[in-house]
Amino acid sequence: MNPPTFTATPHVLRKLRRERLAALVLSGMVLAMVLPLFAIVAYLVVKGAPLINWAFLVTNPTDGMRAGGIWSALVGTVYLVVIALLVAAPIGVLCAVYLNEYARESWLTRLINLAVVNLAGVPSIVHALFGLGAFVLFAGLGRSILAASLTLAIMTLPVIIASTKEALNAVPLSFREACWNVGASRWQTIWRVVLPNSISGILTGVILQVSRTAGETAPIMFTGAVFFKKVADGALFPYALTDQCMALSMHLYTVTTQVNNAPEALPYAIAVVLLGAVLLVNATAIIVRSYLRSRKKW
Amino acid sequence: MPRLPLSRHLRATLWLSGCLVLMLGAGGGCGAGASRSKPRPTVIQNIGSDTMVNLAQAWAEAYQGVAPNLSVEVSGGGSGLGIAALMNGTADVANSSRHIEPEEEAKGAQRWGIKPREFLVGFDALSIYVHKDNPITEISMEELHEIYAEGGRIDRWSQLGITNIPNARTDRIIRVSRQNNSGTYQYFRDVVCGKHTDFKLGSLDMNGSKDVVELVSRTPGAIGYSGLGYRTENVKMIPVSPRKGARAVLPNIATTLDRSYPISRPMFMYTPGQPPPHVLAFLEWVVSPAGQSIVERIGYIPMPPKEAAP
Amino acid sequence: MNPPPVRQARSALSLWGERAIEWIIRLCGISAVIFVFSIFLFVFLEGAPLIPDLNWIQVIFSPEWYPTSRSNVRYGVGAMIIGTLSVTGLAMLFAVPFGLGAAVFVSEFCGGRLKETLKVVIEMLAAIPSIVWGFIGLSVMNHLIQTWLPAPVGLNLFNAALLLALMSVPIIVSIGEDALKAVPDSYREAALALGATRWQTVYRVLLPAARNGLLAAVLLGVGRAIGETMAVLMATGHAVNIPTSLFDPIRTLTATIAAELGETAVGSPHYRMLFLIGLMLFSITFVVNLLADLAVRGVRRQ
Repeated sequence: MNPPTFTATPHVLRKLRRERLAALVLSGMVLAMVLPLFAIVAYLVVKGAPLINWAFLVTNPTDGMRAGGIWSALVGTVYLVVIALLVAAPIGVLCAVYLNEYARESWLTRLINLAVVNLAGVPSIVHALFGLGAFVLFAGLGRSILAASLTLAIMTLPVIIASTKEALNAVPLSFREACWNVGASRWQTIWRVVLPNSISGILTGVILQVSRTAGETAPIMFTGAVFFKKVADGALFPYALTDQCMALSMHLYTVTTQVNNAPEALPYAIAVVLLGAVLLVNATAIIVRSYLRSRKKW
Repeated sequence: MPRLPLSRHLRATLWLSGCLVLMLGAGGGCGAGASRSKPRPTVIQNIGSDTMVNLAQAWAEAYQGVAPNLSVEVSGGGSGLGIAALMNGTADVANSSRHIEPEEEAKGAQRWGIKPREFLVGFDALSIYVHKDNPITEISMEELHEIYAEGGRIDRWSQLGITNIPNARTDRIIRVSRQNNSGTYQYFRDVVCGKHTDFKLGSLDMNGSKDVVELVSRTPGAIGYSGLGYRTENVKMIPVSPRKGARAVLPNIATTLDRSYPISRPMFMYTPGQPPPHVLAFLEWVVSPAGQSIVERIGYIPMPPKEAAP
Repeated sequence: MNPPPVRQARSALSLWGERAIEWIIRLCGISAVIFVFSIFLFVFLEGAPLIPDLNWIQVIFSPEWYPTSRSNVRYGVGAMIIGTLSVTGLAMLFAVPFGLGAAVFVSEFCGGRLKETLKVVIEMLAAIPSIVWGFIGLSVMNHLIQTWLPAPVGLNLFNAALLLALMSVPIIVSIGEDALKAVPDSYREAALALGATRWQTVYRVLLPAARNGLLAAVLLGVGRAIGETMAVLMATGHAVNIPTSLFDPIRTLTATIAAELGETAVGSPHYRMLFLIGLMLFSITFVVNLLADLAVRGVRRQ
């Protein structure tokens, strides 16, 4: 007797046809998301390219922001991001340590988790209102770099908490148990074993927030960013913490909506620098993450 | 203990952030230190009208050449914000594209004992812009009122006799306006809609003077108002007549100064009382021919020579 | 996770140090609660003095927004509520099928390198700042819509919805993918053993099993779209207008605050009204996030 030959029934054929169709449609959907990203980046770069060079980055805007570069905005953004993360990272990491290492399942942890989720969902403009009410007016910081960075810090906090928690969670319990067994206290365990083993994950989470912080406009518009501020060309530390500063995102907004007779390429060039910085930082974080993941041995 | 070497990462991170803090602190300190060795430039805080912010910016830049030791810091935010800042002492000079209001003056006098001093520094003409393909040749103040004011009856181009705007896709007049607390919005409302009438709802309220012109230049069926200085070659400025049938004029220096162009306004700078000498020197330079030549270059209307005399 | 109690000779200093650190950690632990609460409190307190003066029916249903009128101040946010809802709804109409479709594709239809690459690309898409999206809407999309579609003005509902869709898709994809990943592999294996194709597995097994997680993904996308500010400020046309077609300009709650707060005198009724709008936004997103959280919790319980 011959072995039974497998013939496709109409039913199977239909099934396979549907499968192919589904794969096609779904990959089309992915393409519909990926293509805009490349199209947008390419378009911005092509339009902005004529202006972008080293001098554009390190000189200040002149002639009512129609000429010159973007140094004061660039350095202002760096100020805002660095200070915001210096504030948010320790608080966020310790909050995650509390949630993951200290807290037991109770109404309090449930409340904290709920608060983290909701803090992440607060619209950026509401953060701006809070920053204005709490830091600028109530705390008396005035419109300043400090007020703006604190506003940004609160905005990034929940995401840092979430990513840190994930990183801490990835450290196997057996590590902690080994440490406890040799008589280490809880904090010693965290400091010597848990944090060192999760630092890569924590860092990636924080670095990814750099890009988000750098791009935000609404929260700094009313708390510390200004239309124009004169600083020295290429000065590394032009601002004091109580000064207002320029920021790239805000600069893009003002140049687009208020500065007339600017060269057509100018807003594109600013957008490219902002986008480039953000994507570069993100790519770095992703590379670091995959490198450290590949080194992980457990 | 497993994989202790990684704690080096942690330590490195902590060192790094520590260093960053120190650097920022030192940066502030060294800024202060540097300024101690050089005489720190005197700062004039100049806050106010968004209409004037470009102009004030240009003045600030040019004044660097006149008085290198003096730095003028300009920020926008609106006429009201500028006057408020003047009253509570955070501004040395407030820019305003309108007269100070009696309530504001009373509040300042009562709370802070300040009697602001007014300096006329130039004029701004609000031009009416349409798309460059729009065949319209002139418009009257009554028609503008009917288009923009609440209850106004004109909302189609055909009512103005315009039926052939290329690519407009609609007969509807697309009104472009400004956000409701800008000085430009309020001035236009007072002059065109009437002091006690509001704008019609549904206009596109742009956030900047340039935004208005930009949008009008891309939208065939649009009409908008913005400063004379924001004109580009992609929009058409239309002559305005004070009454239907009267002679329509384009905004320019002559028609603004002889008041025949109906939508123009003075621009002011205010100081809290008699200004200190360095501020006075700045303001005198602003109204001098050197300062006024910048007004014209930026696209506003300079004062006639007799008014410019101090 | 609790260590066994340890008795050990340690210096008083290190014991105190440890106790201090634990207190700091506890304080940081409740920081998120403190911040959420104080955001609510500050926004509420700045807005509260105006509450007794408002006719809430009029505020919520009237489209007449004249906060700076000289003759007749009216605070109707009806048009903006409709604007926010319509732009969010339209954005979700684009984003939900595409986002979930992409999540299914990334999670089930590709593997290895392609999967990692796609996830990176999606992360990049999520990183584009909203101001850049707004700029794209204002300069690029405005022109495209004006040229190719029968729209009288290029800044409109459609333009903003397209941007919002692109902005919220990455969230939907990444959370949706997590939800699909959380479905145990035994489900997939059982379906395969019955001779199901991948699509049948997805359609009949995975989607029902991951229902709650996918719902959470969509809700978080909605939350993102409602709260978005700069992109809608620049791309909607910012007109107080109840839309009757896809190409009508509109205005959202968030954009109104962003456009008007800067020039409003602190403490004036207009300023307080803007804080009340902020309070509305806070409450809306709070509810949306709460629902998303409940949906995720539902997944965990399964």
